[in-house]
Amino acid sequence: MWRFLLTVIRRDLLLAARRKGDWLTSQFFFVMVVSMFPLGIGADPEQLRRVAGGVLWVAALLASLLSLQRLYADDHRDGSLEQMLLSPQPALILALGKAIAHWLIFGLPLLVIAPLLGLQFALPPDAIGTLVIALAIGTPVLSLLGGVGAALTLGLRGGGTLLTLLILPLYVPALIFGAGAVDGVLAGLGAEAQLSLLGAFMGLCLLLAPWVTGAALRVSVD
Amino acid sequence: MNLYHYAAPATFYRLAGRWTPWFAWGAGLLTGIGLYISFFVAPTDFQQGEAYRIIFIHVPAAWMSMFIYLVMAFWCAIGLAFNTRLSFLMARALAPTGALFCFLALWTGALWGKPMWGAWWVWDARLTSQLILLFLYVGIMALWAAIDDPKRGDRAGALLILVGAVNVPIIYFSVKWWNTLHQGSSINLTKAPSMATIMLVGMLVMAIAAWLYTIAVALVRVRGLILERERHTDWAQEAMKALKEA
Repeated sequence: MWRFLLTVIRRDLLLAARRKGDWLTSQFFFVMVVSMFPLGIGADPEQLRRVAGGVLWVAALLASLLSLQRLYADDHRDGSLEQMLLSPQPALILALGKAIAHWLIFGLPLLVIAPLLGLQFALPPDAIGTLVIALAIGTPVLSLLGGVGAALTLGLRGGGTLLTLLILPLYVPALIFGAGAVDGVLAGLGAEAQLSLLGAFMGLCLLLAPWVTGAALRVSVD
Repeated sequence: MNLYHYAAPATFYRLAGRWTPWFAWGAGLLTGIGLYISFFVAPTDFQQGEAYRIIFIHVPAAWMSMFIYLVMAFWCAIGLAFNTRLSFLMARALAPTGALFCFLALWTGALWGKPMWGAWWVWDARLTSQLILLFLYVGIMALWAAIDDPKRGDRAGALLILVGAVNVPIIYFSVKWWNTLHQGSSINLTKAPSMATIMLVGMLVMAIAAWLYTIAVALVRVRGLILERERHTDWAQEAMKALKEA
């Protein structure tokens, strides 16, 4: 089972390494969406600082949805997904491996980019630190929950838009706790409460999401 | 009585046809009584004047929108566990009504909010979570609409509804918590002013009317869905012929 998990992760990472353009798109999307906000709302540092947490988190949600569209689509198209589901290994492990790989490809680079964008939004160092921690805890939620949506919308027309409709409302707790953590630090209240709740939500997603994703894959590929 | 007997689409189709008029007439009658109580019997509120009367629609709509989601989740769980086709059809039949009540609750809430709070919309915890509930309904119906294969649609929708059902309480508490953090105590909805008994009676009558309406509409819709699914069978074609003649 562990070997299967590692194989799934290694396979996805290898595929991503061979096609850099694919996953870099969503990172650049993240940067661009965030950069649009100062242009739209003005460059007053005080104001930017106030909205930074929310803007970065919303952009992260949207960027994750963009990259999730292809999570299972390519494997579905060339038939390898069907083969993996036919194998005796549980679909749960496949879903978990896919989510971990997606996080490594999508979430991890985000943690590197986010501090730079935080600087652009005039965030103080402690708030940037909290932002990175919150993203580190929260982006796995995006990969896990998003996997459910990606599996449900597999091969449907307008899959991308549909994925957004299905999954964005489910992301709400991650958005609130994640952005709230940054705001908490800015307000001098500390971020432990938000980060703990975000961690609890992540734990719940880790327990349930791969299981549902596996069931959804079986439904969609059947 | 064997419940599985009624889980067969053909039997349930006839049963639903017999029940629908009762629920429909009950809903009509109780709506009449409820509206009469709410407009002519219930006294004018001391603080809110006449504008409070919208709660007779608003509160039942909000209750129903949440309750219908739970009922859908229940049918989906039953459907996934026992593999009964009818359960999924019940969920499909309920969703539009749930979304309708959700929208109605938001709409009437806005109408009430303008004279009371001076704003059509406030990012209050209840309003926000109601809005997100509407998004969930929309997402589910969009998923059903996008999937042509009925079996896949049933199951995919059921999974999404169940994920939503787990997530709804978390969303509610996160929104509530977000709201207290951002807004302080500008508006406090939880401190309900003590309500005259007759107002409560009016609201309850309207709530029961909303229940009966939901059941009646869901039964009509499920009959349509059954006919659509079973259109290849003899009994369904006969039923459709009978409908055409009537």
